[in-house]
Amino acid sequence: MTDQTDRTVEQHTYDVVVIGAGGAGLRAAIEARLQGKRVAIISKSLFGKAHTVMAEGGCAAAMGNANPNDNWQVHYRDTMRGGKFLNNWRMAELHAKEAPERVWELETYGALFDRTKDGKISQRNFGGHTYPRLAHVGDRTGLELIRTLQQKIVSLQQDDHKVTGDYQSHLRVFHECTITELFTTDGRVAGCFGYFRNDGRFVRFDAPAIVMATGGVGKSYQVTSNSWEYTGDGHALALRAGATLINMEFLQFHPTGMVWPPSVKGILVTESVRGDGGVLRNSEGKRFMFEYVPDVFKEQYATTEEEADRWYTDPDNNRRPPELLPRDEVARAINSEVKAGRGSPHGGVFLDIASRLKPEEILKRLPSMHHQFKELADVDITKEPMEVGPTCHYVMGGIEVDPDTGMSSVPGLFAAGECSGGMHGSNRLGGNSLSDLLVFGRRCGLGASEYADGLGALPEVRSGDVEAAIERALLPFSSATDGGENPFVVQLELQKTMHELVGIIRKADEMEMALKKLEDIAARTRTVSVEGHREFNPGWHLALDLRNMLLVSLCVGKAALERQESRGGHTRDDFPVMDSDWRHVLLVCRGLGEDDVELTRKEQIPMRPELFDLFELDELKKYYTGEELGGHRAGQGERA
Amino acid sequence: MSHWHHFRVWRGDADGGELVDYPVEVNEGEVVLDIIHRLQQTEAGDLAVRWNCKAGKCGSCSAEINGRPRLMCMTRMSTFADDEVITVTPLRTFPVIRDLVTDVEYNYVKAREVPAFAPPAGVAPGEYRMQQVDVERSQEFRKCIECYLCQNTCHAVRDHEENKAAFSGPRYLMRIAELDMHPLDAADRRDLAQEDHGLGYCNITKCCTEVCPEHIKITDNAIIPLKERVVDRKYDPIVWLGNKLFRR
Repeated sequence: MTDQTDRTVEQHTYDVVVIGAGGAGLRAAIEARLQGKRVAIISKSLFGKAHTVMAEGGCAAAMGNANPNDNWQVHYRDTMRGGKFLNNWRMAELHAKEAPERVWELETYGALFDRTKDGKISQRNFGGHTYPRLAHVGDRTGLELIRTLQQKIVSLQQDDHKVTGDYQSHLRVFHECTITELFTTDGRVAGCFGYFRNDGRFVRFDAPAIVMATGGVGKSYQVTSNSWEYTGDGHALALRAGATLINMEFLQFHPTGMVWPPSVKGILVTESVRGDGGVLRNSEGKRFMFEYVPDVFKEQYATTEEEADRWYTDPDNNRRPPELLPRDEVARAINSEVKAGRGSPHGGVFLDIASRLKPEEILKRLPSMHHQFKELADVDITKEPMEVGPTCHYVMGGIEVDPDTGMSSVPGLFAAGECSGGMHGSNRLGGNSLSDLLVFGRRCGLGASEYADGLGALPEVRSGDVEAAIERALLPFSSATDGGENPFVVQLELQKTMHELVGIIRKADEMEMALKKLEDIAARTRTVSVEGHREFNPGWHLALDLRNMLLVSLCVGKAALERQESRGGHTRDDFPVMDSDWRHVLLVCRGLGEDDVELTRKEQIPMRPELFDLFELDELKKYYTGEELGGHRAGQGERA
Repeated sequence: MSHWHHFRVWRGDADGGELVDYPVEVNEGEVVLDIIHRLQQTEAGDLAVRWNCKAGKCGSCSAEINGRPRLMCMTRMSTFADDEVITVTPLRTFPVIRDLVTDVEYNYVKAREVPAFAPPAGVAPGEYRMQQVDVERSQEFRKCIECYLCQNTCHAVRDHEENKAAFSGPRYLMRIAELDMHPLDAADRRDLAQEDHGLGYCNITKCCTEVCPEHIKITDNAIIPLKERVVDRKYDPIVWLGNKLFRR
């Protein structure tokens, strides 16, 4: 048993260390290994349990299997629209172009997606996607993805075993291991430090390249679809290592989380329910989404129930049902209905699939939703509607990276998946996260390998940094925190603060109050105190995670207060309109010590002309300022 | 709507432990995992438990509840009588690390020993063609959330540590069946289950199927077909008996 004060540190050396074993991390590790690197994968949970398993609906890729009109340009346009044109357009471009190859590649690893009649990968409709685009396996696509990648890792280990006699010689998973510090030397990544959750022993990994793939920040909120792991570790570690975060004001509240019973409040109800025909109704039985189609989307969405219903069978001649608007729109609409007193008994609205599909069809297409409601809420979704409401689901903001290589502003530090920022702009389309993590996971694996290859002498970890990391990790046990609070209490207060004051609808005075409260929570986080031992001690784990949760909450709060407009996953009650002057502005966060951040503004790089020309001028006018539109083909045509 | 329940939770580590009594408040709609979390947040801050998704999708929070292997997140408190004592113990088949957390490394070791999917030669990515009806057999097995309840309950290893070396357990026999039934897998897996993974240890009592939270028909759809393939080549008394009894 590890003594509380034991300062022994196990040491490993790798070419590339990947922190996070969800889709992005595993795909990065696979790529780095294929590039010949010795790779470590570090996972907070057991291998194969990562949050990716929670993804239900599918993986967006313009393969054109269900509708041959689909191609990368259409996917690119949908992604930019979904993000309200604040996206890093280069990331959106790479994503749209490379997603099909990344999905097909999974089949060579053994994935078994649902099929079309001609034996190709079946694709389903989803919010904001013009054509059926999501490769899926029922409503458990994330599980298929994680298992496939996990099994590919095993397959690579089997290849190594044939050569070296050791499965783990070149690719090793360190699971139930939490990283608490990154080490940089002369501004470059040198390694990282953490502890094993099962026995509390310390470990350091010396590596010139580290890929962050730690997922999101949802655990800072009271109602969330995210698990305990989503404490913003990658975001916070990167900040403390000197990297920058962008777009932190944009949080996606998924419109449909469970609202009852209380213990499951926030658990995700897949968008596939709506993609497959489910509709939203208020307490008066009205399909209210028709009232909430914003001007920028008026031309693409049906205005009557009849047209909307025809779309499911004849999408080429009808417009889409408004239930399939991007998530931010639907979440706000539900919020408004509940506020207006037209909510369901437990404070949500009704999501009805029972009256829309035959029971056997529901069981086939949405088996895990059926299971989830039956087991957890005693609701049979083939017979009755579900009660649903918004839940904190995804952070669009994250580590600012170079689109092509995934490298952050700190040399040697890479980021992929949810913990990176830019790809999704102000709002992510459903289905774009699974494809995001495949595309950029691979790119980070490549980027990290190339970086490691190009490096001469390896940066050395400084012993003083290791000592400081040990000190900080042991702080909650030390006498310095005597009389400090229970970390669970501080966590609850942080979650309540963010939920109530920097939630789905935001106001300046509330956010100012939130920032004041966070200052107080920062002081309390420094002195949280835990008892007992270092063996699988959840109090200790939370005490250390809490400072990450705090740091990302500060980023969200500060950026949300600064952005005086409403766009995507950022809705201001006091600035309810989208403002073109804000479209090209990125809010950048930098760490100041352990628990503060500073915010600066940065101009978004203008879109490359041929990408800009993929849009009609009339659509761009809704998002861009007049002077930004000069380069469009329409204008140039006149001049020519 | 809250009431009090009597919980008994196993506390201890590899060196031993005991059941500890906790009276605890229970609210409407809660599951066993909620109660364990409440204990952590109140009187047992260091109570060790694994969990992730809390929605029956990740398979982390496996334990034995009143002796039955279950997911804590999917076990509703309303399924117990108000005066019923609820005893939560760690999975018995795996070594305890602390409290409800066990060392499940056995499963990862076995997973590594099943040869991976072998892609068909000459079929480029994007050119894979399979019919839905053909992928569905393996898809059933790919629903597995790796909660290891089947591994835990299988009596071939439950109280027989000595069998672990030779027997991979239902989860990994099912993995072999899954690959064997994959329409495009190019590997020959005919002898694998019997010779390397201890298929013969299974005497189809279906305990694994009973505890599977995903309701996968592990025995009927994975293990028996594997046994039948083997029996074509080799005599297995269990299959012979099974065929006699059930007239499959």
